[in-house]
Amino acid sequence: MYEHDVIVVGAGGAGLRAAIAAHEAGADVALVTKLHPVRSHTGAAEGGINAALHEEDSWDLHAYDTMKGSDYLGDAPAVEAFAKGAPEEVIQLEHWGMPFSREEDGTVSQRPFGGLSFPRTTYAGAETGHHLLHTMYEQVLKRGIEVYDEWYVTRLAVTDHDDPGERSCHGVVGYEIRTGEIAGFHASDGVVLATGGLGQAFDHTTNAIANTGDGTAMAYRAGAPMEDMEFVQFHPTTLPSTGVLISEGVRGEGGILYNAEEERFMFEYGYANNEGELASRDVVSRAELTEVNEGRGIEDEYVHLDMRHLGEERILDRLENILHLAEDFEGVDGLAEPMPVKPGQHYQMGGTEVNENGETCIDGLYGCGESACVSLHGANRLGGNALPELLVFGERTGRAAAAGGDIDPAEIETGPAAKAEAGEVDTPVAPGTVGDPEDPVLADGGAQAADPAAVVEDAVAAEEDRVDALLERDGINHAEVRADLQETMTEHVNVFREEAGLKQALRDIRECRERYQDVAVEDPSRTYNTDLIHTIETRNLIDVAEAITLGALAREEFRGAHWRAEHQERKDDEWLKHTLLAWNGGDPELYFKPVILEGEEQTYEPKERSY
Amino acid sequence: MSTHVSEDAEDATEQETSEADTETVSPGERRRAEKTERGERLREEAEQAVGEAEETVALKVFRFDPEVADKRAPRFDTFHVPYHKGMTVLDSLIYARDHYDSTLTFRHSCRQAVCGSDALFINGSQRLACKTQLGDLDWPVRVEPLPHQEVVKDLVVDMEHFYEQMDAVEPFFDPDDLPDGDLEEQRQSPENREKVKLSTRCIWCGACMSSCNIAAGDNQYLGPAAINKAYRFAMDEREGETRKEERLHVLEQEHGVWRCQTQFSCTEVCPKDIPLTEHIQELKREAVKSNLKFW
Repeated sequence: MYEHDVIVVGAGGAGLRAAIAAHEAGADVALVTKLHPVRSHTGAAEGGINAALHEEDSWDLHAYDTMKGSDYLGDAPAVEAFAKGAPEEVIQLEHWGMPFSREEDGTVSQRPFGGLSFPRTTYAGAETGHHLLHTMYEQVLKRGIEVYDEWYVTRLAVTDHDDPGERSCHGVVGYEIRTGEIAGFHASDGVVLATGGLGQAFDHTTNAIANTGDGTAMAYRAGAPMEDMEFVQFHPTTLPSTGVLISEGVRGEGGILYNAEEERFMFEYGYANNEGELASRDVVSRAELTEVNEGRGIEDEYVHLDMRHLGEERILDRLENILHLAEDFEGVDGLAEPMPVKPGQHYQMGGTEVNENGETCIDGLYGCGESACVSLHGANRLGGNALPELLVFGERTGRAAAAGGDIDPAEIETGPAAKAEAGEVDTPVAPGTVGDPEDPVLADGGAQAADPAAVVEDAVAAEEDRVDALLERDGINHAEVRADLQETMTEHVNVFREEAGLKQALRDIRECRERYQDVAVEDPSRTYNTDLIHTIETRNLIDVAEAITLGALAREEFRGAHWRAEHQERKDDEWLKHTLLAWNGGDPELYFKPVILEGEEQTYEPKERSY
Repeated sequence: MSTHVSEDAEDATEQETSEADTETVSPGERRRAEKTERGERLREEAEQAVGEAEETVALKVFRFDPEVADKRAPRFDTFHVPYHKGMTVLDSLIYARDHYDSTLTFRHSCRQAVCGSDALFINGSQRLACKTQLGDLDWPVRVEPLPHQEVVKDLVVDMEHFYEQMDAVEPFFDPDDLPDGDLEEQRQSPENREKVKLSTRCIWCGACMSSCNIAAGDNQYLGPAAINKAYRFAMDEREGETRKEERLHVLEQEHGVWRCQTQFSCTEVCPKDIPLTEHIQELKREAVKSNLKFW
C-alpha cells in the first residue's frame, strides 16, 4: 500500500497543475499516470491559451465570449472563476519559464482566435501544449513531487452507500504496467481525477490512443454522474487520413477555407458572414460537412485550408509545426499547396460532474481538466479555452483536495441533491449493466465496502480477481469490440445527428457491451501487458460512448455542438439545463439540473449566437 | 428509473434472438459460438485484405518476453500487413497487433510525433514509428527496440536511465529574480526566444541517446538530450548570469559536454531536427569563456 495525502490520477496539464497546487498547500502529493507525464496528450495542443492580459481587454469580456461560445450552457460561477483566474495562471506559467512567442518589446504575444472579441490567445509557436506540458513537468521535478509513471489506475476505492452523496473516496487501485503488480494507493485527503479526453470512442479523432475516458468512466461507476456528455467538439481542421490536428492558429493568422469550386464558402454560402473562418468551431465543422454533403467537397470528403498567402516568413515564425504535420502525416507542402482538412472528434465538453472547486458529489473525490465537466464550455468550447481551463481548475482542485488548502465554498451543486427534473428518453435497448453482476469483469469499479478503513484493500482484492480472470480465461479480443464501437459512434453520433441513427448506435453499443462480457487477454505475461491495459480501457469507452449517445437522444434541440435533424432550434424555454447520467448501480438514471446564468456582476441573457 | 425502453423495440430484439436460438443452447454458449465466429471473421478479413491488397509489406519484428517460455530467447516474427500509400511503421505495427497477435508490445500514444513514445530501431536507424513512412524504407522492414537500452519486452525498453540523466541537469527554469508586479511577465527578446526555440522542441524520445557511441560506452555521460535541456535554460536570457554559471559547471564535469566527439549521430536521428551536436559545441565554448573570466 502506498500512502499519500493527495493522489492525482493523470499527469497531463490538469493533473500536473493540481499536483503543484496541492503541494503548495502543504500536502504530500503523488501523481499516478498510465504514461510518463511528458507523453500526455496536453502536449499535442497547438493553438494557445486565452487570457485577458491586455489593458484594453478584461476578464468580463472573456467570460461573455465563453458564455456565448457555450451557447448559454456554461455555469456562470465556473465561467467567471475561469476568466478571472486565467491571466494570473498565464503569468505564472511565464514565470516558470514557458517559452511563449514574443513581441518586439519582449512581452508575450497574443493572437486572434475563433469566437473571441479580442485577440487574447497567448501561444508558443503552434506547439503551445508541448511547451506547457514540459514547463509544468519541470516544476513537478523541481518540487520533488512523487510520480508513479506507467501505473494504470483501474479502480477507485469508494465506500458503499445507496446515496452517492453519502459515499467517500479513500484511494485508488493501480496496476504497474512493467511488473504487473497491483497495489493500493491510500489518499488521506483526496483523489483528483485528471485523466483527459475520450476521443478513442470515435475512429476519426485528434486524440491520442491513450485517451479512453478512464477517469470519467471510473467515477461514473463509483457514483459521480456524467454531465452534458452529448456535447462533443468536432474540430473543423483535421487531416483526413489520420485525424492529426491542424491548429485553429492557421485561421487565426489568416488561413482561408475553400471548397472544390474554390469558393470561400464560409462567406459565399453565408455560414458566418461576419467572422468567416474564425466563427466558432461547431459552426465551421457543420459548414464543411454541408459543403461535402451538397457535392462541393474535394474527393467527396474534405475541403481545403490555404495559408500560402501568409508568406513563408510568417508561417515559419508562427506556424512552423503545421508544415511538419502536413508533410509528415498527409504528404502535403503547406507552403506550396492548400492542406486537405475535415472535421474530427477533438474535445469532450461533458465529463464527471464537478463544482468550481473540482469536488464531485463523493466526498474526497475530485476532478479537473477534460475528464471533468465544471461546466465551463457548455455546449461548445472556444479554441484556446482548454489550456487555461486546466490551469485555473487544476489549481483550484489541487488546492481544494489538500487538507491545508484554503478555498471558498462552491456555488454549483452536484450529485443527487442537485437533481431538478427526472429525464425521459425512449431507448431501443436498455443501457447499463448486462449479465451477472457478480462476474468480476463486470464489477462496477466503486462502492466496495461500508468501512472506510477497509475500502482500499477490498478494492485491491477485487481488482486482483478481475485481472486474474481476464488473463486466465479464454475469449475474444477486445480490439474488434473497440473497432465496432468507434465505427458506430463516427457514423451515427457525429456532427449531424438523427433519431434513427442515435437509436442504431445504442443498439450497436449494447451489442458491444454484450460481447465485452466474453473478452479475454491472450497475452499471459505480467510484464508490460498492453493487451490487458487496452482491454480494460475498452470497457471505459463503452460506458462513455453510451452516455454520449443517450444524452444526444434525450436532448431534443440544437445547441452548440449538438445538432439534431428533427430539432433545428435552440429551445431555451425547455433546455437551459444540464443533462446528468448516474450509473445507479448499473441501471443508468437520466435527469436534469438548471444552468446558472446569474454571475457575480452580470446576468448572461441568452441571445442568438451568430458569428 | 428514467431511461425508458420502448416495448416494441425490446420485443423485436428478443424475437430475433429467439429465432436464432434453439432451446437447448444457453446464452453463454451462443455468445461463445458468436465470438468464435467473429474472431474467425476478423482473421479471415485480414487474410482477405492481404489477398486483395495490391501490396503487402513484411515486417520483421523483434520479440522477447522474460516471462513467456517461447519468447525468453529473443527472436524475430514476420508479419505481412496490407500496405496503402501513406502508411507509417506505427500503423503497420498496430495492424499486426490488432489483427494477428495481440501480445505484440510497443509504446505509442499521440501518433503525431509529439509524445515521444515510439522511438524504435527501424532498418538500422533510430526513428519515430509514427512519422516514418513505410514507402520511404527498404522492405522487408526490420523493427527492433532502441539499442543500448535494456529491453523490457518486445519493442519496449527501460527508459529510467534516460530520465535520470535528464534529471541530473536540473531541468527546470530557475530565474535569479522575477518582476515585482502581480501580472507582469519577464521580458524576453524575440531573438533570444528564437535562440532557444529548437532546443525546447525535445520530446524525450531517447533516439539521440540510443544512437550515441559515447553514451553506449560511458553510462554516466549525460548524453545529448540532457545537455540540450541544459542548453535550453543556460541560453535563456530570463535566467540570469549566476544560474548560467552554475549550469555550465554541471555541464563541464567529467561526464559532461567534453565527452562529445562530434560524430553527429544524435543530430542525424533527432526526429525534431534539433541541432544537438551544435548545441553541445556551443556549450563547450561557453564553458571555456566562463572559465577564462575567472582567471
